[in-house]
Amino acid sequence: MELTGAEIVIRCLQDEGVEYIFGYPGGAALHIYDALYQQDKVKHILVRHEQGAAHAADGYARSTGKPGVVLVTSGPGITNAVTGIATAYMDSIPMVVVSGQVPTHLIGDDAFQEVDAVGITRPCVKHNFLVKDVADLATTMKKAFYVASSGRPGPVLVDIPKDITAHRTEYIYPSSVSMRSYAPVAKGHPKQIKRAVDLLLAAERPIIYTGGGIVLAHAEEELRTLVRRLGHPCTNTLMGLGSYPANDELFLGMLGMHGTYEANMAMHGCDVMLAIGARFDDRITGDLAKFAPYARIIHVDVDPSSIGKNVKVEVPIVGDAKSVVRDLIKEIERRGEKLDGAKLEKWWKQINQWRSVKCFSYDRTAEVIKPQFVIEKLHELTGGDAFVTSDVGQHQMWAAQFYGFNKTRRWINSGGLGTMGFGLPAAMGVQLAHPDSTVACITGEASIIMCIQELSTCKQYDLPIKIVNLNNRYMGMVRQWQEFFYDRRYSHSYMDALPDFVALAESFGHIGMLIEKPGDVESALKEGLALKDRLVFMDFITDQTENVYPMIAAGKGHNEMHLSPDSGETPQERELA
Amino acid sequence: MRHIISILLENEAGALSRVAGLFSARGYNIESLTVAATDDPTLSRMTLVTRGSDEIIEQIVKQLNKLVDVVKLQDLTEGAHIERELMLVKVKAVDVAREEVKRLVDIFRGRIIDVTDSTYTLELTGTVEKLDAFVKALEVTEIKEVVRSGVTGIARGERALTI
Repeated sequence: MELTGAEIVIRCLQDEGVEYIFGYPGGAALHIYDALYQQDKVKHILVRHEQGAAHAADGYARSTGKPGVVLVTSGPGITNAVTGIATAYMDSIPMVVVSGQVPTHLIGDDAFQEVDAVGITRPCVKHNFLVKDVADLATTMKKAFYVASSGRPGPVLVDIPKDITAHRTEYIYPSSVSMRSYAPVAKGHPKQIKRAVDLLLAAERPIIYTGGGIVLAHAEEELRTLVRRLGHPCTNTLMGLGSYPANDELFLGMLGMHGTYEANMAMHGCDVMLAIGARFDDRITGDLAKFAPYARIIHVDVDPSSIGKNVKVEVPIVGDAKSVVRDLIKEIERRGEKLDGAKLEKWWKQINQWRSVKCFSYDRTAEVIKPQFVIEKLHELTGGDAFVTSDVGQHQMWAAQFYGFNKTRRWINSGGLGTMGFGLPAAMGVQLAHPDSTVACITGEASIIMCIQELSTCKQYDLPIKIVNLNNRYMGMVRQWQEFFYDRRYSHSYMDALPDFVALAESFGHIGMLIEKPGDVESALKEGLALKDRLVFMDFITDQTENVYPMIAAGKGHNEMHLSPDSGETPQERELA
Repeated sequence: MRHIISILLENEAGALSRVAGLFSARGYNIESLTVAATDDPTLSRMTLVTRGSDEIIEQIVKQLNKLVDVVKLQDLTEGAHIERELMLVKVKAVDVAREEVKRLVDIFRGRIIDVTDSTYTLELTGTVEKLDAFVKALEVTEIKEVVRSGVTGIARGERALTI
């Protein structure tokens, strides 16, 4: 039977097993919305702004590992989604975006709601397509899902002119698709695996540094096995948190600009570094000239262009993290060497000395609410098992530092692009995917306002998200940088005329709570979390001047961390014996 | 170092802008770029001349390979290769220059492909250096217009860029 292009789009989604799509209708997408209306397999979540659609699909993808799907109309529909698409692109999140386009004969005519969607999204998608013939539609959709979810994942856009969604053709959904120009490498080169193992077994001051690639490749179990087999210390990037259990004794916490003292000092002092699914981003490395001066580096990544981009690598291994880590373990087992604990004893002693600095300390006697305290309590009350989304800024760093993620895919944040406004819509996608789990959105009063309209979506679909608003009346991270680097000239980082968040939440049909005293934090969180079927907006009035520590300032090395307001100058580099 | 990179890419709308966009977005330099369909109409072949350190060229090659429309590529400058560029030049051709330019064209093995009372239009093919030298030699008269195609190239011997 012949189907219309619109029906084909929906059938493709059904055949891909898509559960939810996030979108907003408009002229060029109306045929598709009509086809959507006439079926009930694919559930559509109507957001309040297309940015929210992309973030929600993103949250869904990050928490499940399945591609998130977005449906928007032409013109402003797709331009509004661009921030969300770029967010997913920077963090390599699988996503398929279907956008309506003006009819083929009007393309290039400056038609109503026309924009060159393929052109605008080109730099922030893994790939994109403009469908010009309904006969290509099903194959293009298949390619979109394949490209989005394979290799280094990423968003793929399919732009479909309105007339194509009305044309008819026979529907055949290919069960698989191969592309001569696209063939991601899965297996690491055996010779490189051997060289890597040589280095790992000979290391005296090793470190294993892993990122979001472990999560994307579902390689958490393999990583745990490898780390424990070797007895090497492990550190995660912001994107990798949860992929190695935070409560494990071999775990040094997050590294980088606001990472732990022990992780950064170990990165600085290591003699062998195994990097897996991490890309040596500037927030991780600090000043490249001072980065890991003694390290021989092994870098595993599915994307060859990540290897050697920022730092020189001795053993490059292109391949899927899961497959490569398995091969590393196999090679280690094959050699049958006993773990030589004595060899690493000195290194661990040094690391434990760094640990004893306890770099995440804050004033627990303060009369105002300390943001770190709220997150610690949230961890305690949720047993560390909640899904936590965040926006961007100080609260994001505190969440990363203080929540302690023991499980993978629980920490959902915009790491690469740093998109304020991400947290709430992302939480919607997470909550839909995990209806019975606690989903907390740790945010700040500046970030939450950026996509606040999604409170309406949450009401429509009864999404019982727990919003933890760390309200310091400042764009905290901007203020912190202005305090440190701009002589306290707080240029436009103060939020004047903030809404009454309790009243605002209530006006959307949710529950609002205002918490002003440290003594009320625990009871408020308990109360909020107990309201299982309601969205609760907890507005915590926190210390306005609290800063995120430790910190590596721009141009500094890992061994030059600023530990606390009282520590004055950065600690001197400790000589390694 | 100057590199000539030959690229086979899907002959699809937008493929060229993916390559051009990559270079501008990542701040790589393009000296010249030529592209046309091959004997296989589904494939275009692009020749791109760029400059950069070994690290930058390595990144360029990797980033190009990452583009989904790129089927295969080859850095011609890694081995023996032939490069050619086509140039059309319109010059003033009066008085002594009329004879002098004709002699120069013969010396450089070019051709005069259009003639008026006062102008010649010349065609010359060769390496970038040869074309540069020819333009310099043409200082004997007034150059009205120079059109260069950009470099295309092919590897010598058995080495070939095919799928």
